[in-house]
Amino acid sequence: MSDAKKGDWVRIYNVVLKASERAPQVPEDTKKVPLEMWDKGYLINDEATMGDIVEVETYIGRRIKGKLLEVNPYYDHSYGKCVPELLYIGRQLRTLLEVGDENE
Amino acid sequence: MSYSGVMSRKNEIMKKAVGIDYDKFEEKGISFDYDEMMHRTGYNLQEIIESQKETSIGDTPILELKNITKLARKFAPKGKGARIFVKDEASNPSGSYKARRAATSVYHAKKNGYKGVIAATSGNYGAAVASQAAMLGLKCIIVQECYDSRGVGQPEIVEKARKCEAYGAEVLQLTVGPELFYTFLKLLEETGYFNASLYTPFGIAGIETLGYEIAMQFRELEGRDPDVVVATNAGGGNLTGTARGLIKAGAEDAKVVGASVNLKGLHMASDTQFNKKSFTTGHTGFGIPFATWPDRSDVPRSAARPLRYMDRYVTVNQGEVFYMTEALAQLEGIERGPAGNTSLAAAFSLAQELDEDKIIVVQETEYTGAGKHIQPQLSFAKENGVKIEIGDPSDEVPGENIILPKDPSYIKVKDLDLNKIRKSYIKNCIKNNQDVKISDEDLEFLAKDTKTNVEFVREILLELNNE
Repeated sequence: MSDAKKGDWVRIYNVVLKASERAPQVPEDTKKVPLEMWDKGYLINDEATMGDIVEVETYIGRRIKGKLLEVNPYYDHSYGKCVPELLYIGRQLRTLLEVGDENE
Repeated sequence: MSYSGVMSRKNEIMKKAVGIDYDKFEEKGISFDYDEMMHRTGYNLQEIIESQKETSIGDTPILELKNITKLARKFAPKGKGARIFVKDEASNPSGSYKARRAATSVYHAKKNGYKGVIAATSGNYGAAVASQAAMLGLKCIIVQECYDSRGVGQPEIVEKARKCEAYGAEVLQLTVGPELFYTFLKLLEETGYFNASLYTPFGIAGIETLGYEIAMQFRELEGRDPDVVVATNAGGGNLTGTARGLIKAGAEDAKVVGASVNLKGLHMASDTQFNKKSFTTGHTGFGIPFATWPDRSDVPRSAARPLRYMDRYVTVNQGEVFYMTEALAQLEGIERGPAGNTSLAAAFSLAQELDEDKIIVVQETEYTGAGKHIQPQLSFAKENGVKIEIGDPSDEVPGENIILPKDPSYIKVKDLDLNKIRKSYIKNCIKNNQDVKISDEDLEFLAKDTKTNVEFVREILLELNNE
């Protein structure tokens, strides 16, 4: 069964430069890994399964190829978890200003 | 298309993509005609004000931070504690001052028949270019450095990708590395779009309105120019454009202070360190290299030349900026930043050196949102092994910990030795022009480009000769 059909909004992936092709000036740790890229577009192939090399039309109309990664990709960045270390700041600031007012 | 093959065509590709023949401004030795470049390729201030009005940019409010001022006075010597104001640039379309920086490029691209614009940026600038392109009906591609090799993205950059897409742009995301430029050049060549570079005269001229507005608004509000204007400094454009605008308004006495987040020790192109930092811009990792060699940017001659305009350069630590971001929310009732609050953290400390009747202006704010907020950024830091501590921020080691100040008295700017930075810049000028005999024009140029004088430059050259 296929994962995506023509016209689906998908995310694709490519390796731009292999580790061995990286620029001479990059630090050692970066030199060990490839330069990778991600982009999104409407699937042009009739159908495809995850991992297939597919062609897409990007939102502005460019045609590019890459490995199919996701269908209907979405963002899940958020307001993060509670950071209890931050809690003192507001109380501290308000207390500092209140103390001052009594003296004025 | 090999890496070196594409890179060797860099100048030719760039000339088409920005439409500027930089050779016209080159002079024989080290120098080039900066003023002529700004004058001939830019637009005049009036034209820029008009065109920015068309896309609803500018006239952002000046807010007096009365409670933060009061707080600063608690820690200042008697009679000290300048009034702190902020220019609320978050109220520009796309949520930051970068709308100004993008506007002129996009306007110019449209006027000259380009079908689209491309920008290489992981920050607010991408959103600004995408937003301006949306208004003028141009296509837009943003190229981002977003992920490390584990595929983990900085939450702030991921948010920026979302915002660019919201404005109808295509966002191409990459892992860490300077070869982003290679992908960028290939895209310019493939599409024939305009390079909305951060560093062309268009980009910098667009920011002049910010400095100009500050002067005009203070004359109206307070009947005088501000004493100090603090600008967050990375690539140097924010500071350069603002200072030029202040000068154009005749506010030459306003001191311009650059502020960067101290990220000493972290390598900007390192895959393993990429997600160890909680600031993606406004930090020393850009601030220092771009001040000491501005022409490292994507265009042959950068219009952002911070040393030309900087009176003082200070750093603050990540923990101090996060604390001030909380202070802005908890005391002034406005959520902004965090990255844009770098200059606010600096201003809080600098205000304590100035008399109470002085005026210090933080020249920007930026929008806040999911991913781009103190909470997700600190959650992310923890997940990447960075410890969050409460103590003395001057003990902070970038990449290892973030130290929130025990109380506001621990928020203290650190001065960078501007003469040392100027010397590095002059050294780089020599290094990049090895067979050149230094002429009187070069001396004049270096003096202007470092905001010093010919004697200073001569002394430095002598020192360098003896090293």
